[in-house]
Amino acid sequence: MPSLLVIIPLLAVLLLNLPLNFLRRLALPAAVLFAVYQALFAMQLLPASCTACPTHERWFVNVLDPLTSVLLLAIAVVAFASVFVLHATASDEKHGFNAFNLIFLAVAGMNGLVMVRDLFSMYIFLEIASVASFILIAAQRDMGGLEGAFKYLVMSALATMMMLASIALLLAYCGSTSFMVVAEALHAHGSHGYLLTAVGLFLGGLLIKSGIMPFHGWLPDAYAAAPAAASTLIAGIVTKTTGVYALIRLVLHVFGPSVAVQQLLLIFGAISVVAGALAALGQSDMKRMLAYSSISQVGYIVMGLGVAGAANKFAAELGVAGAIFHLFNHAIFKTLLFVNAAAVEKQAGTRDMNQLGGLAQKMPITGLTSLLAMFATAGVPPLAGFWSKLLIIAALWLAGYHGYALLGIGASLLTLAYFLSLQRRVFFGLLRAGCENVREAGWALTVPSLVLAAILLGVGVALPWLIGSFLLPVKGF
Amino acid sequence: MDPNLKTELLANVILMAAMLLGGLATVMLRQLVKAAIALAFTSVVLCILMFKLAAPWAAVFELSVCAGLITVVFISAISLVKPATEEERAAHMRFKVRRYFLLPLVLLTVGCGLSYMTVRPLPVVAGAELITDMRILLWGPRALDLLGQILVLLAGVWGVVVLFKEEK
Repeated sequence: MPSLLVIIPLLAVLLLNLPLNFLRRLALPAAVLFAVYQALFAMQLLPASCTACPTHERWFVNVLDPLTSVLLLAIAVVAFASVFVLHATASDEKHGFNAFNLIFLAVAGMNGLVMVRDLFSMYIFLEIASVASFILIAAQRDMGGLEGAFKYLVMSALATMMMLASIALLLAYCGSTSFMVVAEALHAHGSHGYLLTAVGLFLGGLLIKSGIMPFHGWLPDAYAAAPAAASTLIAGIVTKTTGVYALIRLVLHVFGPSVAVQQLLLIFGAISVVAGALAALGQSDMKRMLAYSSISQVGYIVMGLGVAGAANKFAAELGVAGAIFHLFNHAIFKTLLFVNAAAVEKQAGTRDMNQLGGLAQKMPITGLTSLLAMFATAGVPPLAGFWSKLLIIAALWLAGYHGYALLGIGASLLTLAYFLSLQRRVFFGLLRAGCENVREAGWALTVPSLVLAAILLGVGVALPWLIGSFLLPVKGF
Repeated sequence: MDPNLKTELLANVILMAAMLLGGLATVMLRQLVKAAIALAFTSVVLCILMFKLAAPWAAVFELSVCAGLITVVFISAISLVKPATEEERAAHMRFKVRRYFLLPLVLLTVGCGLSYMTVRPLPVVAGAELITDMRILLWGPRALDLLGQILVLLAGVWGVVVLFKEEK
């Protein structure tokens, strides 16, 4: 039952907070069990395996949608990794327990967000995930965390204001906020000035939430300053769901990929791909580099979505399938890289890459999985990231956007360059003085790393089986 | 113009001016408690306007949540904050006027612009159902949003627990 994906986390928060001490110790097993349940539920809904999926429920009508199931699966995997990271890195039991509660709430918010088919409900669930994220970032109450949370809060408030104004306009003109009604109204009266304003406002809000350049100001601080588990969750899936997923859903199923929207997405996507990669090159803080890398990778997704309205229907389908596939892949490899960053920070005591070096010999699992994640991000075959980038670039080329396609290939080389720099400075070369006593991170950090690396490798190798049964049907047209 | 309409218009203008003044006071006042009270006053005036514009349910929510509950939360949070030093206050005052003098102008311009905007619902869109009874709307099609709001409140509670509890 889809509603359970929102109700179970809520009940978990209520039950775990009953005044019984032993319940606190159940937070990790409860979170892991729920993540596994959600992953199984989502896989049941995937196009290749769906035989008897729920089609109707009181709250979540027609959630039988491959895009939703991909997101539910990604949320489950990232939440699974985040709770392990939290278990390994929480400063004390009390802070850890509070963060468990907030992760449950954020997951409930994201699950609701990907299952609703109404603009106002979408806004409410988006806020749940965002509010939980602000608090997770600021939870340690250090200056960096508070600053990161404040920037995220201010930019989110701006995005929220734009989205609410848009919803108000759409409600006034369409009489409803349901996706179906708004899509019909826009289809029939698409050139209506106020409706265009509403669409522009909503898209602007979502670009801020996605951290697309030049609306990215909050993102590096929020990712870098957050505690390890929070940055794993937020970088791995929260911004992907509250920004990128919402953008894909609305462009495909509500606003429609008009020529203007298409151009807007291609331009902002291209700026993010290049500027994000260039900014990543200059970073010395490991998490900050990953944050800029995220901006660049989200740019690829947005460029793929920008082909959705192309005259060449095959290119359009390929672009959307590539965008959704890269969204999933990015959630996995970015989570893996943040888990690796958490392991390095915990074991070596710093994220400053200038003070690290040669850690691969001391932390072989972290080093190896980080290498895999790097290759996947840069688009090296046969890892998952290669295929999704290939789909996006092929779609851009087929749609006639040769310049954007070449730019995507060039930026992939930049990605490889900054990640090679990261690998060289952190994991390879001579062991730095002060790192002699570093040991491999504990099971709570190596288990999620291995699981995520296996997913990256498995999805990449199994692509020939996935493309016909899963990738092309997932486009959601 | 009909004298009744004239009085009505005058009342609306006075209320809107009061609301604007309340909003300005909220951002200009030196003490946070007074600013919170000014915000509550703004909400009360907005609530009266909503009643006059035949939106009683929205007015009730505005009065209970914005003017009531949020003021209590603000004052509770303010009670946890250290008072500013003289230097901090002086620095704040220097920038305050520069920061906010454009705000009323922007609000007035947007307000005047919007008053000329006529909202005419588009020709009937299939599937659009207008529910006028708030009880049915809240417990029927909008029940999921209520669940969402419970979750937002819970997240807010954790925010207070995580960020403020140990300050006591």
